[in-house]
Amino acid sequence: MPSTGANIRAVASPLRYSDSLIAGILRRVRTIAMVGASPNWKRPSNFAMKYLQQKGYRVIPVNPRAAAAGASILGERACASLAEVPAPVEMVDVFRGSEAALEFTREAIRLREDKGFEVVWMQLGVRNDKAAAEAEAAGLTVIMNRCPKIEYGRLWGELGWGGFDRGVISSRWPRPATRDERAG
Amino acid sequence: MSEETPAPEGSSASDWGFETRMIHAGAGPDPVSGSRQTPIHQTSAYAFHDADHAASLFNLQTFGFIYSRLGNPTVAALEQRMASLEGGCGATCAASGHAAQVLAFFPLIEAGERFAASTRLYGGSVTQFSRTFPKFDWQCDFVDTEDLSAVEAVLAQGAKALFVESLANPGGVVTDLETLAGLTRAAGALLIVDNTLATPWLCRPFEWGADLIVHSATKFLSGNGTVIGGAVVDSGRFDWSASGRFPGLSEPEPAYHGLKFSETFGELAFTVHSHAVGLRDLGASMAPMNAFLTLLGTETLALRMERHCRNALAVAEWLTEHPKVEWVSYAGLPTSPYRELAEKYLPNGAGSVFTFGVRGGYEAGVRVVEKCELFSHLANIGDARSLIIHPASTTHRQLSDEQRAAAGAGPEVVRLSIGLETVDDLVRDLDIALAAA
Ligand SMILES: Cc1ncc(COP(=O)(O)O)c(C=O)c1O
Repeated sequence: MPSTGANIRAVASPLRYSDSLIAGILRRVRTIAMVGASPNWKRPSNFAMKYLQQKGYRVIPVNPRAAAAGASILGERACASLAEVPAPVEMVDVFRGSEAALEFTREAIRLREDKGFEVVWMQLGVRNDKAAAEAEAAGLTVIMNRCPKIEYGRLWGELGWGGFDRGVISSRWPRPATRDERAG
Repeated sequence: MSEETPAPEGSSASDWGFETRMIHAGAGPDPVSGSRQTPIHQTSAYAFHDADHAASLFNLQTFGFIYSRLGNPTVAALEQRMASLEGGCGATCAASGHAAQVLAFFPLIEAGERFAASTRLYGGSVTQFSRTFPKFDWQCDFVDTEDLSAVEAVLAQGAKALFVESLANPGGVVTDLETLAGLTRAAGALLIVDNTLATPWLCRPFEWGADLIVHSATKFLSGNGTVIGGAVVDSGRFDWSASGRFPGLSEPEPAYHGLKFSETFGELAFTVHSHAVGLRDLGASMAPMNAFLTLLGTETLALRMERHCRNALAVAEWLTEHPKVEWVSYAGLPTSPYRELAEKYLPNGAGSVFTFGVRGGYEAGVRVVEKCELFSHLANIGDARSLIIHPASTTHRQLSDEQRAAAGAGPEVVRLSIGLETVDDLVRDLDIALAAA
């Protein structure tokens, strides 16, 4: 099981993603298939899953062992593979090692039309440039070596609560959501 | 999710200049009231949405506030600003610069382990490391950081970190950060830099390979002699998991159900740990009012430092010509042995704290200090007011003669912290005091 904190320095050339690209993904996506989500609440994947659920995403765990045991993780029934995930799912979040990412990315490419996958997101510490190239050629958006939980907190303020530089500067005061926006 | 996820309006802070970040980093309009200046969140504790939210916060599964010993929104705004100005990942504010130093070492050094520190440090730091840290069984080896083989030797003997001041108090000494960072990196140790005297406007140690930066916010950051405060800034670059030498960050933490900080939080690990374990148990948290005053100070940091440096250079140049002055130790002077290092590490100026030697030794030193009218005789630096002190009888009094000499605080030494007054008035005040010395 990889972690949000695997060796960041070992990654070859730094990856740069614009805030607008990441924000666009996090706004568009509603459902996430999390490959490698753990039922153990102390694992980083479980942390990330719970946080994303609290922010209003549906997160479907992909974990063959949990699925074989008929287990649910944070209230969602575990699926044995991406093929079992109920459509539509816009994003595949790979919480597995960099090598294994190739296999899951290829599966995501195969199932793209079926499931409605738009984004393959590899967790912090996970990077597979070959997988990324194949996915991009197939029309998928790819993010690597980032955590959607951290990115969400960075872009919308919460990360700053922990004393982290969010890298965001703005003097605007956003108007409160309207009734229609609240109704979603 | 529309109500929670508006498009972020700002762009990456790395695209913004230092002066812009000095004013804006960490401090947008208050989301509830629109208050443009950062509110002082004078509260001890924070409401939970529900039991699950409370549990998530206590388990470190979500970001948020629980209790102001662990975190506070005003303090967090300053932490973000410090992280941004230093080019770091995150920061943890503390009740004082000394508290920040304890916080910096706390996740790194276990009982019985060692670290190394430069002999050229603020006297209070020498005392903290040599007298109080041994009570935690943290052992400090002091080393002349200009003797590189001596540095290599202490690192080889197991020092897990090297602590230096970029621009050393009481003054005039510039540390060769890049070279020392090469040595610590090769030894798998951390380079911790006290950047108090330089401030991030004059020197950014992360750009030279430092791993952690500590500050006394009491000095130039707040800038008006109003607060006692400190901060630890993490570069986010040290790989705790790969190193294996820092079990506090890479091994399971029993108080958080066996959570491993580096695995769970990646580059955020040190700063999360400093709040969730360090401040939780050491309790030396910064007060919100002090965070507010420091935020206010940082808004004008570059402007003030520019003038501090200009005034300091003028006073230092004038002192070199004075018959009662034996020597002047200011890295901005062309004659300083640290001139080259200053040009490399402090291109915008050599700061405003420096020392000079008075002819007549200890007695003359004490007299100069007492004869000043405009300079304030007190134990601080980094104020808008000019300050003067005789270190041997005050700040460095608790050290041995040997330690004093190594720290540049011999009997004839007078330390100045040049403020923002009219420079001719400063010169006149010193002229009268020297004449009477
Ligand atoms: C270089 C330096 N570091 C640390 C400190 C300690 O900071 P504080 O007094 O805020 O605890 C001081 C205070 O004089 C200092 O000059």
